[in-house]
Amino acid sequence: MAAADADDALDTWTISHIVGTMFPILIGLSMLEMGSGYVLEKLQATYLGNPTLLVLVPVMIGMGGNLGAILSSRLSTRLHLGVLEFDVRDEVLWTNVLAILGLAATVFSALGVAAWVVGQLIAEPMALSELLLISISSGMSLAVIAIGLSLAATYVSYTRGLDPDDTTIPVVTNLCDILGVVVLSGVAIVVLN
Amino acid sequence: MEGRQSAWRIYRESLPILVVSLAGGIFAGSVLGSEGMTEGFERFPGMLLLLPAFLATRGNVYGALGARISSGLHQGMIDPEFSWDRRLVNAVAASFINGIGVSVFIAVLSWGILQVLGRESARLIELISIMVVSGVFTSTTLIFGLLTLVFASYEYGLDPDNLIGPIVTTLGDFFGVVFLFIALTVAEVIF
Repeated sequence: MAAADADDALDTWTISHIVGTMFPILIGLSMLEMGSGYVLEKLQATYLGNPTLLVLVPVMIGMGGNLGAILSSRLSTRLHLGVLEFDVRDEVLWTNVLAILGLAATVFSALGVAAWVVGQLIAEPMALSELLLISISSGMSLAVIAIGLSLAATYVSYTRGLDPDDTTIPVVTNLCDILGVVVLSGVAIVVLN
Repeated sequence: MEGRQSAWRIYRESLPILVVSLAGGIFAGSVLGSEGMTEGFERFPGMLLLLPAFLATRGNVYGALGARISSGLHQGMIDPEFSWDRRLVNAVAASFINGIGVSVFIAVLSWGILQVLGRESARLIELISIMVVSGVFTSTTLIFGLLTLVFASYEYGLDPDNLIGPIVTTLGDFFGVVFLFIALTVAEVIF
């Protein structure tokens, strides 16, 4: 029995098993990511004309997923403990949402200032007020989207009996990653025109 | 009042990780916004189209490797050291295949999308070369950097599970764009 267990365990460590499970997911994600790539390509003139905007791109791609992951894993822990309630009067739910909004406000304000400094040093300078407006409005919109997706995804795991750690958290983080560039581009167009 | 206090606690606990990730992202953004990079984007149309996929898929490849190694350590299936252990070698080889395979795939996909849309595109060989060069360097650095840090943290009694996310994000942001910059520069010289 022990020998069979060891074989089973080694099976999931074969190259074909790891590539076989992971590569199709990577292919699917890359195709979805082309959606945000298309937005970048479409707005090439805006981004290459204002290279300082490109400074915001990696953080906008990663941070929505980070915020979503923090909230989802906190909700998922409460789900596992059996104390999660989907009720607008649930104070702990609002506490978590408030903390995420506070984190987003801090991070995206800092990003706006940092992008302005980088713009002064290496790229073409843009006005601090414009960068702050773009960074904070797109960041806060992304945070609200991340909160909505985390709640929805945890609710689906809750009603379907799925483990959020395996299913919904990867979905939320990847969707937030994809939407980051889309939200940034939309806001940048509105602010710059 | 109690709710506000615990919101403050969640804020304080989560902020350090986000600041590390923010710093990595700002560094990556500065490289992307630099003159050499924007010239490369203009010289090779299609690079902006594949950029989000290039930046985002790495986290999935190396995050998965980190999670696997971490579980393996916890279960005593692998030792926290570089060796020709069958499982470790398989996991590393599979990550190389995934990382470089997906790099080639996004180059082809990006080229194909531009062809279908009838828009200007760099040659397929140019996009593939840029992705393979940056993919090989990024995979090598990330895999060995990640393993070194995960083994070291495990030996020091830290739980790698809590560190993999930030390690992958930070190393990925840092080295991903640096090697992309180098690959673009090399491509500009060759093509």
